[in-house]
Amino acid sequence: MSKERIKIAPEFFEIMPPEYQDLVNRATYGKEDRGWKDIGTAKELIEEHSLCAGCPESMAFRYILASLPNPEDTVMVGSTGCTSLVFPHVAVHNIHSLFGNQNAIASGLKRALTVRFPGRIKDVVVLAGDGATVDIGLDMTLQAWFRQEKFTTICFDNELYANTGGQESGLMQKGFVAKMAPVGKMFEKVRLPEIARESGCHYVVNCTVSKPSLVEKVIRNAVHVAREIGPTYLQLYTPCILEIGKNSMEGLQEMRDSEKPTERFAYKEYISEPAKQLLAEIAAKEKEKKAAAKEQLAAQQA
Amino acid sequence: MSQYRVLPGPEHFLPPAAASMGIRLPNPGEGHINGVIVPEEQAYEEAARQFLMAKVPTIFPGPLVLWAWNEKAAKKATAIKHLYETLKECVTPQQQAMLIPMPDYRPKYPKINPEVEINPNHPNLTIWHNKIDCCMFVGVHCHQANLSLKIIRGGTSCYTIAMCAQAGHEDAMLSFRDASVEKIMKLAEWVRKLKGSVTVSQFVSKSGSSN
Ligand SMILES: Cc1ncc(C[n+]2csc(CCOP(=O)(O)OP(=O)(O)O)c2C)c(N)n1
Ligand code: SF4
Ligand SMILES: [Mg+2]
Repeated sequence: MSKERIKIAPEFFEIMPPEYQDLVNRATYGKEDRGWKDIGTAKELIEEHSLCAGCPESMAFRYILASLPNPEDTVMVGSTGCTSLVFPHVAVHNIHSLFGNQNAIASGLKRALTVRFPGRIKDVVVLAGDGATVDIGLDMTLQAWFRQEKFTTICFDNELYANTGGQESGLMQKGFVAKMAPVGKMFEKVRLPEIARESGCHYVVNCTVSKPSLVEKVIRNAVHVAREIGPTYLQLYTPCILEIGKNSMEGLQEMRDSEKPTERFAYKEYISEPAKQLLAEIAAKEKEKKAAAKEQLAAQQA
Repeated sequence: MSQYRVLPGPEHFLPPAAASMGIRLPNPGEGHINGVIVPEEQAYEEAARQFLMAKVPTIFPGPLVLWAWNEKAAKKATAIKHLYETLKECVTPQQQAMLIPMPDYRPKYPKINPEVEINPNHPNLTIWHNKIDCCMFVGVHCHQANLSLKIIRGGTSCYTIAMCAQAGHEDAMLSFRDASVEKIMKLAEWVRKLKGSVTVSQFVSKSGSSN
């Protein structure tokens, strides 16, 4: 679709709030090789948000929105939690679902879009907290994977219910004490990446959002695999600095500490055979394109 | 027929949906004023009169016309701008015609800027801030318009007009239906026709139009 339909009526351009003017003039809708490097030079698809200052969820949002391969034809499905307060500031179509229902909503949405727009690529991306994904919405999460629904599920894993003040979640670490979980978690962190693999996800990654280039890579892979093959799952560590007692500047270090090889967010990846094949094809095409562009440049300079 | 009348508020917290009070929608060729079905011609005259009477007559274009997503929308945008320019020309220096967009339906946290936009989830903020005493919705999806018109009736004394492209709005004080470029242009003609013949409202509430 590209920017064609994202046009303000000229009569109203002047009266539109500046953020909408900027989106039309400087956002990267329709740009094929969009990615995290556009941050700082192009208009981002996220406005001022209401997360705590320094919250790593905001970094994650920015990198993800910069990396979606097809934002103008993507619908995101959110759920209740800290992320839901951000969605009104996101310039990608999005639906807020009842807490936990996100993967059920996304299933219906993806099927409806496929029927309504045959021949047009429409990506659906779920983005929800760990409480929504693993506790209250676990049924919907798993059933969507069992059914091989073709969309991406992203879990912002901050290891507790942040938006309601710090209750225990399935993804919380064993022994962790939170403000509203004073006894300490008595069970192990649920191994959702492994469960995702066993439930039929074709691309699963467990990592932090400390590196924008890595976030870009996994988002692109997850969306492409979901588009062509089947469900994909990304579990991204976005620590709740408020609940773990860190200040605004410490989120990045917390992620770096947690992604060391022996830690729980050490990079972990699973790719099914068909997904491997698809990603190899995409990589080969990209390589070809780059080589052709290089040749063209050389010819121009000669 | 229902005795209920859709009048400027404040009707306070949770004003009833006009439909639940027995107000029905106009048929093609009709409009409604305060919930009473009238011939469309009468609705034009009354809408123009309300605009010219108001201290801050305002048009709120919604996403369906703010974005040039098809040819029809683009033409409506031109017509709305024409209506606004006509209003500006026809009001006295003591009045201020405004054109404020409703670019988004989503509730924006922590706040919107009421000077530059209106949001259907708290339209009262923009009305209070700019002391708007008469407004027209155009290009707003029905559900959002209904929600917003009710909130305005609940918390402000602003007179509301709906230039609705579908079947009209019971929750506005005056509603057209089947809005088209021609209808918007015709309303502009009526504004011009009544120029100079309407006395500007002297009513001042404690905080402008807001009460
Ligand atoms: C059906 C339902 N149950 C409970 C709640 C209350 N609630 C709001 S946010 C939240 C926790 C969210 O936790 P998580 O999904 O981990 O997101 P986070 O805030 O940590 O990003 C809960 C339980 C709700 N809004 N709806
Ligand atoms: S409560 Fe935690 S997760 Fe939520 S915005 Fe604040 S730091 Fe981020
Ligand atoms: Mg959480």
